[in-house]
Amino acid sequence: MNALASAVTPASQEIAPVVEARGLGLTFQTNDGPVRALSDVTLTIGKGEFVSFIGPSGCGKTTFLRVIADLEAPTEGSIAINGMSPAEARKNRAYGYVFQAAALYPWRTIEKNIALPLEIMGYSKAEQEERIKRTLSLVNLTGFEKKYPWQLSGGMQQRASIARALAFDADLLLMDEPFGALDEIVRDHLNEQLLGLWERTDKTICFVTHSIPEAVYLSTKIVVMSPRPGRVTDVIESTLPKARPLDIRETPEFLAIAARVREGLRAGHSYED
Amino acid sequence: MTGFRDKILPVLAILGGIVVLWYVFAVALNAPFQRDLDRRADVERTTVEFIKETLSQKKPTLPAPHQVAVNFFENTFLRKLTSNRSLVYHSWVTLSSTLLGFAFGTVLGILIAVGIVHVLALDRSLMPWIIASQTIPILALAPMIIVVLAAVGITGLIPKALISTYLSFFPVAVGMVKGLRSPEITHLDLMHTYNASRGDVFWKLRLPASVPFLFASMKVAIAASLVGAIVGELPTGAVAGIGAKLLSGSYYSQTIDMFAALVAGSVVAVLLVTTVDVVGRLTERAMGARPA
Repeated sequence: MNALASAVTPASQEIAPVVEARGLGLTFQTNDGPVRALSDVTLTIGKGEFVSFIGPSGCGKTTFLRVIADLEAPTEGSIAINGMSPAEARKNRAYGYVFQAAALYPWRTIEKNIALPLEIMGYSKAEQEERIKRTLSLVNLTGFEKKYPWQLSGGMQQRASIARALAFDADLLLMDEPFGALDEIVRDHLNEQLLGLWERTDKTICFVTHSIPEAVYLSTKIVVMSPRPGRVTDVIESTLPKARPLDIRETPEFLAIAARVREGLRAGHSYED
Repeated sequence: MTGFRDKILPVLAILGGIVVLWYVFAVALNAPFQRDLDRRADVERTTVEFIKETLSQKKPTLPAPHQVAVNFFENTFLRKLTSNRSLVYHSWVTLSSTLLGFAFGTVLGILIAVGIVHVLALDRSLMPWIIASQTIPILALAPMIIVVLAAVGITGLIPKALISTYLSFFPVAVGMVKGLRSPEITHLDLMHTYNASRGDVFWKLRLPASVPFLFASMKVAIAASLVGAIVGELPTGAVAGIGAKLLSGSYYSQTIDMFAALVAGSVVAVLLVTTVDVVGRLTERAMGARPA
C-alpha cells in the first residue's frame, strides 16, 4: 500500500459502524402492564471502541446488549450490527457473549468448554486445539485445560468464559457485568487483563457494568443510562490515554470523568427513590 | 469405625427390630392352628414347648425367620442350578425378562421424552395418555397381554418382558422430560448466540444435562420392571420364575417356599437398584461431577 493511496479515503470506503441504533425502543408486556425497558435509544458504536453502559438496575443496559445479541426483539426503532439485522448478525456469528455468571457447562473440562462454539461452528480438530491454546494463554489460564469448572475459582471461571467468547473470530464482544460477582481485588486484576486483551486483539467491546470506576477505567466511550423508562442520559467520550496503568484511577482527569458520569446518573434520577 | 457406626449399625438395628417383631407375629399367627393340633392329639404343652412348636410347623401361616433362612439357604446354595427347586434358576428366569423389559422401557421412555420436548403436538397430546396408561392396574392388564400375544403365537420371554416394559417406560419418560428441560436459561441463550441447530442443542446441552435425571428414574424403572416380570408370571400359571414359585407355593400351601421366593425377589431387586446406582455414580464422575 503506497502512502499516496492510503492518504485519501473516499467516504464510501469508510468502515460501517459496528452497532447503529436509531430510536430503538423495547416495551415488555408484563402482568403489571407494559414496562418500557428501552425508549428512544440512538447510538453509534465504531470499530475498535470500548463502550461501557452504566446505570442502576432497570435502566435497560442489559436489555440493550441482549437486543444487539438477538436475544430480545425491539418493539420500536431500528438497529444494525455490521450493517445487518441482529438476527443476520447472529447467524453470521458476529459476536461473542459473556454472561454475568460464567455459564460454563459443568460436564465439560475447561478446554472442552472453549471448544463448544468451535465444535458447533465446524472448525477442524487441529484449528480447535490451536485456538484453545491461544485463548487460554490470552486469559492466563494455560495449564487448566483438563480441569472441570467446579475446580476453578469464580474469577478463573469468568476468564474461561471470556476465552470462550474469544475463541472464534467474532469482532464484537458483548459483556454483561462479567465481573459483577467477584471481589474488588480480583476485579482490578481482571480489568487490567481485559484492557491488555483489548489492545492485543483489537475487538469492539460493549461492556455493561454498574461500577463507575470500572466504566471510566476501561472505556473509550461511556453511555450513562437511567431507568423508568430506560433511556440514554449522556454519552461521554473518554479523554484518557490508551495506556492505562491501574493508578490512573487517582488522577484528576479520571476523577473528572467519573464526576461527569455521576452527574449523568443524578440527572437520570438514579439516586432518588 | 465411623463407617460401621454411621451406616451399618443403624441398618442392623432396624433389621434386628424387624426380626424380633417377626417372631412375635409368627407365634401369634401360628398359635390357633397349633392349639387345634394339640387338642386333636390330646397333648398338653408347656408355654415354651408351645412356642417352639409354633415356630417349626411344616406349613405355617407365618413362617419364622429361621425357617425362611434355612429354606432360602438350601434352595439357593445347596441345589443344582437346573433343579426346579433352585431359587437361583427361578431368579434367573425372572431376571432375564426384567432386564429385557427394562432395556425396552428405557429406550421407549427416552424416545417419548425426546418427542415431547421437541414436538409441540406431542407435548400437548402424549402426556395425558401416558399418565392414563399407568392408572390401569397391571394385575388386570398382564393376563390380557399374555393371552393376546399367545393367540398370535408369542409366548415365553417376550410377553413378560413387554409387561416389564409397560411399567418401566413411564418413570424414564417423565424423568427424561424433566431432564431434557433442565438446562439453565443462560446455557440455552449461549447456544442461541452461537446460532446452534436444534440437534446441536440436544446432543451438546440437553442430553448431558439430563443424565442425573435419567439414572434417578432408571432406579425406579428397574424396580418396577421386576414387579412387572413377577406379575407376568402369575396369571397363566408359569412354571419358572419367582412369580411361578409364589404361585406354586400358594397352590400347595408351601408358605415357607413362598417366603423364601419373596426374599430371593428382594435380593434381586436390591442388586439391580444398587447396580444402576453404582453405574450412575461412575458415569457422573466420568462427566466431571463433584465427588459427593
